[in-house]
Amino acid sequence: MSGGTSLENANPVIFERSGERLLTATDENEDVHDPIDDREIFDILFLHLIRSINDPEHPLSLEELNVVEQVRVKVNDAESTVGIEFTPTIPHCSMATLIGLSIKVKLLRSLPDRFKIDVHITPGSHASEEAVNKQLADKERVAAALENSSLLEVVNQCLTPRDI
Amino acid sequence: MAADSTLLLSLVEEFVSGLQDSKAKDTATGVKDGKFTVLQLVEALGQSLTSSQSHTRARGVQLLSEVLQECYGSLTETEVEVLIAFYENRLKDHYVITPPVLRGLGALTKCTVLPPGSAVSMLRSLFQDVHVQSLMLAERACVYNMLINLMATREAELKGLGADFVFGFVQSMDGERDPRNLLLAFQIAKNIVLRGYDLGKFAEELFEVTSCYFPIDFSPPPNDPHGITKEELIQMLRDVLTGTPRFAEFLLPLIIEKLDSDVQSSKLDSLQTLTAAVSQYEHKDLAEFLEGLWASLRREVFQTASEKIESAGLAALTALTSCLSRSVLNSDSEDYLSTFLDLVLKDCKHHLSEPDLKLVWPSAKLLQAACSASNRASYIITAAVMPSLIDQYNSRAQANITGEESVFLAFRPSLCCMVFSALTETNASLQITASSVLTSLAQQRGLLLDSDINLAVDHLTRLVLTENDAEVSLAVVECAGALAALHPAAFITKLIPRLKKEMFSEPMDHDNERTVSERHSYHAVRQRCLSALAAVSSQPSSVGFSVVEVVLACRSLQRIAEQVQDTEETGRCFHDIIIPRLLSLALQAALQGEGSPGHRSPLVEEAVLSAMVPVISTSCSRLQPTLAGQTALRAVSLFLNGDVSFLPDNSFPSHIQLLKKQRGDSWSQSQMVCLLMGCVCSLPRSVEVPQIEELLSELEEMSCACSHPLSYTSAAKCFAGLVNKRPQGDSLDSQIQSSVKRVCRELDSASASVRTQAFTFMIWVAKALLLRYHPLFTTLTDKLFSLLDDADLGPMAADGFTLLMSDSADILNRSCHADVRIMYRQRFFSENSDKLVQGFNAAPQEKKPNYLKALSNIVNTLPKQVQVTELPKLLSLLLEALSCPDQGVQLSTLSCLQPVIMDPPPVLVQQLEALVSRLLALTSSPAMVLPFRARVLRALARPLDDRKRLVRSEAVKARGQWFLLGSPGGS
Repeated sequence: MSGGTSLENANPVIFERSGERLLTATDENEDVHDPIDDREIFDILFLHLIRSINDPEHPLSLEELNVVEQVRVKVNDAESTVGIEFTPTIPHCSMATLIGLSIKVKLLRSLPDRFKIDVHITPGSHASEEAVNKQLADKERVAAALENSSLLEVVNQCLTPRDI
Repeated sequence: MAADSTLLLSLVEEFVSGLQDSKAKDTATGVKDGKFTVLQLVEALGQSLTSSQSHTRARGVQLLSEVLQECYGSLTETEVEVLIAFYENRLKDHYVITPPVLRGLGALTKCTVLPPGSAVSMLRSLFQDVHVQSLMLAERACVYNMLINLMATREAELKGLGADFVFGFVQSMDGERDPRNLLLAFQIAKNIVLRGYDLGKFAEELFEVTSCYFPIDFSPPPNDPHGITKEELIQMLRDVLTGTPRFAEFLLPLIIEKLDSDVQSSKLDSLQTLTAAVSQYEHKDLAEFLEGLWASLRREVFQTASEKIESAGLAALTALTSCLSRSVLNSDSEDYLSTFLDLVLKDCKHHLSEPDLKLVWPSAKLLQAACSASNRASYIITAAVMPSLIDQYNSRAQANITGEESVFLAFRPSLCCMVFSALTETNASLQITASSVLTSLAQQRGLLLDSDINLAVDHLTRLVLTENDAEVSLAVVECAGALAALHPAAFITKLIPRLKKEMFSEPMDHDNERTVSERHSYHAVRQRCLSALAAVSSQPSSVGFSVVEVVLACRSLQRIAEQVQDTEETGRCFHDIIIPRLLSLALQAALQGEGSPGHRSPLVEEAVLSAMVPVISTSCSRLQPTLAGQTALRAVSLFLNGDVSFLPDNSFPSHIQLLKKQRGDSWSQSQMVCLLMGCVCSLPRSVEVPQIEELLSELEEMSCACSHPLSYTSAAKCFAGLVNKRPQGDSLDSQIQSSVKRVCRELDSASASVRTQAFTFMIWVAKALLLRYHPLFTTLTDKLFSLLDDADLGPMAADGFTLLMSDSADILNRSCHADVRIMYRQRFFSENSDKLVQGFNAAPQEKKPNYLKALSNIVNTLPKQVQVTELPKLLSLLLEALSCPDQGVQLSTLSCLQPVIMDPPPVLVQQLEALVSRLLALTSSPAMVLPFRARVLRALARPLDDRKRLVRSEAVKARGQWFLLGSPGGS
């Protein structure tokens, strides 16, 4: 290895990318109300975030690492709730909090105010799952984290779209 | 009698030769009962006492001694004298006789009738003839008891022995091993030390002979009948060792040495002894051992094995520090307290900055211990430690998203106590530091209790009212300001009423008898009250103390003027006191400024005058009609006629002409016209301003002729304010017409500055007329539009529209009772928008921006609903404005367009291409769009919830990008 530091997860399992959402006729029909569904949330994350989170360890996007899967996105448009489970690549992934925070921020910016957003780690997939979940659920801590300009910078970098 | 003597002889015989010890008792009873005297007994003993057998002699002496023990109380002085001589003599006899002799002497020392000098001679013989330590236990005890008895009754005589007594005692107890006797010996040593016996050169010997037992290691045998405990011994010995500062030089090294011991109990004893010792010592006793003591104490606390030792160590440190703080320093000795605390701080302070490490707690405890010793110590330590602690606390509070319990919580009582006592000190720098510490404490959320805050407020109030030192009062005011923002309730209920009372009560009994200094101090107090009021009644963001105190005073006056009840009394207060005083102060400063331009009073500064204006205008606008009339009369007569009679401190020259052009174009007097403006322009409309014609013409003259910006602008504004309120009629019309003519004439002038002045005058008059829908306004509007084409005044004219359309803060608003008709903006817009468009189309290319700017200025002040309906007509013009290079124009245009774009009318849709391309051009510069970020983000929140997914998806993209704009890590 040429770099001085060793990777935490040198050999990740890579998953296939899912295809784009197919445009249907109803999508163009002005009279039909499209509810916000799981796939839409997933696409928000997928198109704007997961693909672009620049994991310093891998040139791969988080989707290819299966950090967020569509089955783990739960949306209830009527009750205005969104629940996301994300799966860190390895149980000791040090990026877990950052990934969670980025997902949370992205959704806060991309969803109407009425939504209550719950981001947590897929149960059993991370060593300090409870601590990370607690941090992500605490509104004030998230707000305070975003007032820290260096942290905000990292999050914003994650949220900056890359030209793929 | 004969029978008695026979009986006595037989008793003696049976005791001495027959060895029947019980006979001693019988004999004693006989003596007590008066059957025979002691003298008779001695006679009867004659044989045995002179026997050649030492054992017989001993027996004889023993009988005598035992009898004496029973009945020493009934002896006469002569008998005692004889007996003592006898016994002293016997001490030289064979050693077997010594024990009964000692017992006899012991009995005699209890006699109340001991003849003078006998105690001394007894001790001399004793020390000379007896080697105490070769005696048996009981005899040694007897010696000690003798000493104790004599010390109790014959202290003066023993002191006469001088150091010999100490030496004798040292020799007698040297080598004593029995704990019972030790207790007695320690008792004697303690008496020697505490009652001021002369130690002479034997101090070290006495110390040696006692300190060899330190630290006491004694475990009583099981079932010890004497009940002597280790604690008793320790306490007795400690009393001896710590009893006098003369032992310091021996005791302190010993303690340092014993602290090195591994035995826990000896460490503990050493620490406790040290604590007890330093309470007697002075700094000079400690000086040379400070370093060693600190090293040992630090080690004990840092590496402590038991809680007891740690707390003993801390107690010792506290005692040590308080000893050092207590000492009176000579002029040539160094301050050992600060030397010592420097040592402490050097070793402890850096640990505090590493809160995760083990040593932080011991360090904190040590500092706290030293801190609690004395006020001075706590001052030194907190001054050194507090800033870094607070920094650290703040930085940690940031690092942890959740707030943690204040680290100072445990120290709150001592901190508060320290701060408050420091505030009551007379030392200025101490007070300043204390107030800054108080500020810091208050900023720790949840740290101070309400009672603390109340106490703090009391202290601050007292300081504001009494403290004459400028720096201290500044610090106090600053502290009050900071605290008030955090704990408003306490300040509202306590400080503010008190200060108000101070400020308002004084003027009532104001009389001319006061001396200058009293008056000065009164002013100073009031000044401080004002600044304190200003500080506490403002949000901390708005008041930095960089602005001049006078401005603060004015602001707080203004606040008072705004908030007081509208009563006759307050009105009178302002009318009688505040307004005249302000005018007087300003006038005084202006006249002084005339004489010596070098040191101008702050009162001639524009900032101060501008701050005074709202005070005057606010109060005038609320005056009762009669008072308002009087005020108007006074102000006008002051400015027009130089009538200074109503001003306090009446020492003004009689020829003041404030509105006339001054010699050498000096502006310090002419600028005072702004105060006139504040006064006459804010009076209720019902109040008639006297001499108005003359006043107006003077103002017109000034605004056209005086070249000082504040003066001519204020004159113009004052003119405008008066014109706005003048009743409709011919006199008004002719006044306006003549003014307009004058303006036109001036505008034709060649001088740029004259034209600027004329323009200023015109725009204010125009505003005054616009507000009241005066028909002559159109003349001025036309003039204004024509000026848009003017090469020099064009941009100014365009900006003038903002002034026309927006509310002005000081005059021509409703709170100044100005004549403001509703919807004057819409009316102006609908009457003039066409003119503007025509003007734009007709204007040459380089003048077009002026029109655009004017347009966007007008549109921007219109209510939103009007904008939305009116905009389509002007859309092409506004789009044009977007490409105007002036940033201000772009900004105001964009804010006009924004609501329209949110709800696009059909016209806009047609113009979409032009709009988008212009917007895109603008977005190329982030600085340009940054001001809209928040608004755009808000606006884009709505389409996020659109019913169509495609719309939402685009909104998400757009909003995401806008979020990144200008944000760290974004673009």
